[in-house]
Amino acid sequence: MAFIPHTADDVARMLAAIGVSRLEDLFDEIPRELRIKALAGVPAELNEMEIGRLMSERAAADGTALSFLGAGAYEHHIPAAVWAITTRGEFYSAYTPYQAEASQGTLQMIYEFQTMIARLTGMEVSNASMYDGASAMVEAALMAVRANRKSRAARILVPTTVHPHYRRAAVATAANQGLRFEELPYCTEEGVTPAASLARFDAEDVTALVIQQPNFFGRLEDVDALTDWAHAHNVLVVAVVNPTSLALLKPPGQWGTRGADIAVGEGQPLGVPLSSGGPYFGFMTTRMEFVRQMPGRIVGRTLDVAGHEGFTLTLQAREQHIRRAKATSNICTNQGLLMTAATIYLSLMGPQGLARTAATCHARTRELVTALTRLPGVRPAFTGPCFHEAVLLLDRPAAPLLKALAARGIFGGLDLGGYYPELGPALLVCATETKTQADVERYRATLQETLQAARAA
Amino acid sequence: MSAREKVIFEYSHPGRGASDQWPHDPGPAALADLPAGLRRARLPELPEVGELEAVRHFTRLSQLNFSIDTHFYPLGSCTMKYNPKACNQYAMLPGFLGRHPLAPESHGQGFLACMYELQEMLKAVTGMEGVALSPMAGAHGEFAGVAMIRAYHRARGDLKRNEIIVPEAAHGTNPATATMCGCVVREIAVNAQGDVDLDELKQAVGPNTAGIMLTNPSTLGVFERRIQQVARIVHEAGGLLYYDGANLNAILGKVRPGDMGFDVIHMNLHKTFSTPHGGGGPGAGAVGVATRLLPFLPLPVVGKEGERYRWLAEADLPQSIGRLSAFMGNAGVLLRAYIYMRLLGREGMRQVGEYATLNANYLLKRLMAAGFDAAYPERRASHEFIVTLKRQARELNVTAMDFAKRLLDHGFHAPTTYFPLLVPECLLIEPTETESKDTLDAFVAAMSQIQKEAEQEPGRVTSAPHTMPVRRLDDVRAARQLDLTWKPTAQP
Repeated sequence: MAFIPHTADDVARMLAAIGVSRLEDLFDEIPRELRIKALAGVPAELNEMEIGRLMSERAAADGTALSFLGAGAYEHHIPAAVWAITTRGEFYSAYTPYQAEASQGTLQMIYEFQTMIARLTGMEVSNASMYDGASAMVEAALMAVRANRKSRAARILVPTTVHPHYRRAAVATAANQGLRFEELPYCTEEGVTPAASLARFDAEDVTALVIQQPNFFGRLEDVDALTDWAHAHNVLVVAVVNPTSLALLKPPGQWGTRGADIAVGEGQPLGVPLSSGGPYFGFMTTRMEFVRQMPGRIVGRTLDVAGHEGFTLTLQAREQHIRRAKATSNICTNQGLLMTAATIYLSLMGPQGLARTAATCHARTRELVTALTRLPGVRPAFTGPCFHEAVLLLDRPAAPLLKALAARGIFGGLDLGGYYPELGPALLVCATETKTQADVERYRATLQETLQAARAA
Repeated sequence: MSAREKVIFEYSHPGRGASDQWPHDPGPAALADLPAGLRRARLPELPEVGELEAVRHFTRLSQLNFSIDTHFYPLGSCTMKYNPKACNQYAMLPGFLGRHPLAPESHGQGFLACMYELQEMLKAVTGMEGVALSPMAGAHGEFAGVAMIRAYHRARGDLKRNEIIVPEAAHGTNPATATMCGCVVREIAVNAQGDVDLDELKQAVGPNTAGIMLTNPSTLGVFERRIQQVARIVHEAGGLLYYDGANLNAILGKVRPGDMGFDVIHMNLHKTFSTPHGGGGPGAGAVGVATRLLPFLPLPVVGKEGERYRWLAEADLPQSIGRLSAFMGNAGVLLRAYIYMRLLGREGMRQVGEYATLNANYLLKRLMAAGFDAAYPERRASHEFIVTLKRQARELNVTAMDFAKRLLDHGFHAPTTYFPLLVPECLLIEPTETESKDTLDAFVAAMSQIQKEAEQEPGRVTSAPHTMPVRRLDDVRAARQLDLTWKPTAQP
C-alpha cells in the first residue's frame, strides 16, 4: 500500500508517452551496480486495520500513570477544539507559505500568533516560532552575539538554574561557532542566582546573560536586579520563560528598568500534548531594534495591488534561501502546526483562562509540597516562593523510590541526582491544573507507604 | 476561495471567553505567597472570544489555504505527497500523546519499540550503519551531520579540515549549515549536463577538506551519474561525503546512499516518509551514518537489550556531538513516519521511487510535447524536473513567477520558482507518486492554457492571481513599513 492510484492501463500509457517499455528503464542513468533488487530489513506491508491494532496495543502498553513530572514539559488541559481545528487538512497538509496568495490562512495565523506572544512576553516583535525551547535559547544566544555590537567576546553567562538540557544543547549547537558559555552558580539556600555574584564580571566583556524565570527548580529569580546589572555593563539579557506563568508573572519586557532584550521559551504548555518530547515549539520575541538580527520566519501585514490588506513572509533577506552562507541561521521552518495549536489555545483561554490556569498550577504545587514535606524524610530544598514546581530533598536515594512509585502507577517527579549531585537525593516535582486534591493525596499516601517500606527493608 | 477574515482581536470583547475550558478560580489567596514585585501588573491582552467564535474564525482561516488535501501541490524539492490519515490518527492515541518525555523507560516500551524499529528501517532503506532520530527538521539534521564530520576529524587530531564543498546548485541550507558549524564554504560548478564538474572537484579537495555536501538526485532533477568517482575523489583527499536527503523519494527502494559511498545523511521524514508539513513544520531530520561516524551520533538514540528498549545517553556515546533539543526531537512526527513505513512495507517503498519517477518523467514529456522547454531535455528526470520559461520571459514578458501565480487561479499550487538559482526563469516541478494521471493531465492542460493566454492576453497572466483571497502583495512595503503585530489602530 503506497497510496498510488495508477491502474495498469495508466502505467502502460504513461510509459508509452515517455517512450520506454518498463518502469526499470526510468532508472537507466543510475549505474547498474548501485541498483538494489529488494529492501532487506524492511518488513512486509500492513494494512490500516493491522497497523491500527499494533499501534493501539503499543500505546496502551505505555499506560497512563498519574504524573508529577514537569522539568520543561507540562501536562495541561487542552480544549478539544484546539486539535480538531489544527489537524484540518488545510493546516495539517499545507506547505510553508511561500505562495502568499494561496496561504493567507497560515500567514494570518502566524500574524495573530506573533501578536499574542509579543503581548504575553511584553516585547515588541515575535517570530513565527522555533524548534523548541532549547533551540530557541541557543538561537537567542547566537542572536545576542550579532546584536551586541559593544561586545567582541561571544561570551554568554548561563546560570546553572537554567534547564540542564538547554545548557547542553547550547554547547552542542553553538560551540562550533565560537560562543563560550560560562555557568553561574546558584545560592544553595534559596536556589536562585544571586545578583551580587555577577560583580566579578563588572570589568569584563560579556555579551549576554541568560535568565530563566521561573528557573529549573521552580524558584523565582530576582529578574529586576539581574537585568539592571546586565544593562549597566553592556550585557544583553536573554529571558527564558514559561508562557503559562506569564499570565501572573512580570513579563520579560518589564524586567528591570529597560526590560529584557530577547525573550524565548518552550511553547508546549500552550495546547501541545506531551507526546514523549515533541513536536513542541519554541517562541522568540525581541525589541524592534533587533528584528533584523532575529532568526526564523516572520510574517508582516501589507497591501495587495488592489489596496487590500494581506499577509506575507517578510524580512526574508535574513534567511538561508537568500543569504546562503551569510544567513542568520540555517533554519527554514517554524513549528507551524504547533504554533497553530497555541494560537487557538490562547484564544480559547484568553487572559482570564490563562491566569486561572497559572494560579491553579501554583496552588496545586504548593499543596503538593505541603503534603509531601509533612512526611518524615522529605523536606523542601530551598526557601522562598516557587511557581509551578519545586525541589524536595529526601533522606534516601530517589531512584528506588521513583521505581516503586512507578510500579504503583505514579511518576513521582524527576530524580535530580544526575543533574545536581551536590543536592544529595532530590526530586523535582510538579502539579498542574490537571491534578486534583485527591491526586495529591494519593501521591502523599503512596509515598508514605513507599518510604515506610524502604525504611523497614 | 473564501473572502478575507478579520483578525481575531477584532472579535474580542472584555469579559467574554470560552469559560468551559478554564479551571475553577482558585481565588486570590492562592497567589498570596508570590512577591508583588515579581507579579504582572495587568493581564496579558489576549483575545476574549467565545468558543464558537474562535472555532469559526480559525476554520475560516483554514479555508484561505491551499493544502495537499485540497489541491495538487507540485512543489519541487518538497515532496508534497498525500499524508495518510491513519498516520495522524494512530500517532495521536492517548497513550502516545500523554507520555511525558522524562517518564521511565518501563512505561514507554511501546513508544520505544516504534522508535527502535524506525531506526532499523531507516538504516535498511539508506544503507547506513546507525541512525539517530532527534534532529527536528532537515536543516537541523544537516547541522548534526556536519557537526559529526567535524567531530570525526577532530577525534583523529586532524584539526585543519574546515572546508565544506558545495555544488552551486545546492539548497541554501547547505552553505548556511556549514557556516553554523564553523566551516568555510567552497562552491564548485555543475556542468551543462547537470553533473558535478569533476575537474573542479579535484582542484577543490585537499588537506583542508572536511567533506562535500551533495543531493542526489541533485536539485536539478537529475541523478549524479559519476557519484562513485565523486566519492573516490573526496575520500582519497581525506574528506567525507554528506548526503542531503531532500530528494530521497526519487530513489527509495532503488538505490541507497550508503551504497553510493556516503558517510552521513539526513532524511527529511516530512518529505519521503509523508509526515505533514503543517504550514511550515514540524519536520523531522533523522540522520544516518556509516560505521566510522557511529560514535558521534546525536543523543538520544534508542538501544535494545534483550527484549527491553532504552535510551542511549552520554554514558553510552561519550563522543556524541550531544543533545540538539530539550528532549527527543519531534517524537510525534517520528511516530507518523513509523506508521507510514509499516503501511508501505518493503514492496510499497520500492513503488514510491518507481511511481514518483514515472509521474515526473511523464509530466516532463507531456509538458515538452506541449511546447515547454526542459532545462535538461536529454536527461532522464528523477522525481522532479526543471522547466525554464526564459523564452516566454524574453518574447512575451511573462515570467516564471507569472505562470506560478496564474496556476493558482487554475486550482494548482505553484511549483518551486527561481530555485535552483542557476537555471533562469525556472519552475522545479515534483508531482510525487500519489497523484493520478488525470491530475497530471489537468496540470498540463492548465499550463498550455496559460501559455496561450500569455501569447494573447499577457496582462491577465502578469496580474494573476485573480481568484485568491488577495492579489499580489507588496513585499517591499511589508519589509519597509513593518507591521508584525496587530494594534487596535494599526493600518497597513
